[in-house]
Amino acid sequence: MEIGIDKFIKLVEDEFDDLEPGIMKPESKFKEVMEWNSINALIFVALVKTEFDVDVNADDLIKSQTVQDLYNLVAERAK
Amino acid sequence: MALFKADEIRLAGMAASVPSKTVNNRDYSWISKKERELLIKSTGVETKRVIEPGTATSDLCYAATTKLLEDLQWDPKDIGILIFVSQTRDYLIPATSGILQERLGLPKSAIVLDINQGCSGFVYGLATISSLMKTTGIEKALLLVGDISSLNSAYRDKSTYPLFGDAGTATAIEMKKGAGPMYFNLQGDGKGYDAIIIPDGGFRNHLSKKSFDYKKHGDGIYRSNLHVALNGMDVFNFTLREVPPNAKALFAFSGTDPASLDYYIFHQANKLIIQTITKMLRLDKDKVPLSIDKFGNTSSASVPLTLVSELRDQLNAYPVKLFLSAYGIGLSWGSVILETDGMVCPEIVEYKK
Repeated sequence: MEIGIDKFIKLVEDEFDDLEPGIMKPESKFKEVMEWNSINALIFVALVKTEFDVDVNADDLIKSQTVQDLYNLVAERAK
Repeated sequence: MALFKADEIRLAGMAASVPSKTVNNRDYSWISKKERELLIKSTGVETKRVIEPGTATSDLCYAATTKLLEDLQWDPKDIGILIFVSQTRDYLIPATSGILQERLGLPKSAIVLDINQGCSGFVYGLATISSLMKTTGIEKALLLVGDISSLNSAYRDKSTYPLFGDAGTATAIEMKKGAGPMYFNLQGDGKGYDAIIIPDGGFRNHLSKKSFDYKKHGDGIYRSNLHVALNGMDVFNFTLREVPPNAKALFAFSGTDPASLDYYIFHQANKLIIQTITKMLRLDKDKVPLSIDKFGNTSSASVPLTLVSELRDQLNAYPVKLFLSAYGIGLSWGSVILETDGMVCPEIVEYKK
């Protein structure tokens, strides 16, 4: 993937209005810092699909814990 | 992919009817105020119309059809095909199309049939009725498409209840020499048949006492087996995976530059899905009208309802080049490119019981 984790975090921060800039670190547990729910999950899926053409499903998100996990997931699948 | 065209057929008119009762998602007290705001922002559904007990899908379609026939000055005796598309038909058996045939006064020589499709129903119905007209030579036909999905969703299921609204529509179609082709691309994938499903009450799992039992299926999600179960993430992923390639294949097959089209109408599943597809296909979002804020997801009715609600003046006034795309339960999806040539589009009919 062309972008590093810092830019990835910036993209996520821009997408979720409630997210305070800077609060999200690679080691942060995203389900805690961003009030995770089913709608936010869909917003994340839409974001990575439009930005990187990467498919992420419900299982992927259940298995992921940290922001780094999300980044790795997307980076592995990006074409 | 089933790519094909049907020429010398035009849309003569289109009408829609919605129940007068409005439900506002800001009053949906099953979830917190904050959750309601997030729900409205992402799904786009602020209000929706829901039927009063006793109103059937055919009542809404009948109201739309009588208004349309009156404005078109069509005699019901001249109509040779009636297709009713719905997943909330009036009775388990018989088909609803016959009930509408009788009520509207269509002749006994007419071909009448039901099609059991939901979200993709308008595109499937239009493809079927056009193909029948081509093979039979029947010159006037009615495509009646509607759903009252509000009856299927449990109030205590936040994954379905706030989404669905009720509507019935009528589209009048006629043969016309020289009318430009409609291009279709229909697809389906039954592997995902259970992504949106009402498990009980049909003939696989017949109605039983247990069918009525409520169970918890997740945070804020309680329903019985007589309610619709919606796997939001699976349906969302399916849509993003299948709908853009389906559209691109149709653009290529029909030799259409997408930018040359006037409007792109998507099934009003939820705002986030429509916005994401719009981005993926790089379409001009100003040419993607939405009606989901007012009417919610009206299943099969959503494409014609959006046309009548958002583009009525344009459709009445001049030719409009349209791309219509519908997708969902089945799983089933399809798209059509067509050019109107001055339609009769009455205002939305408010249905009062």
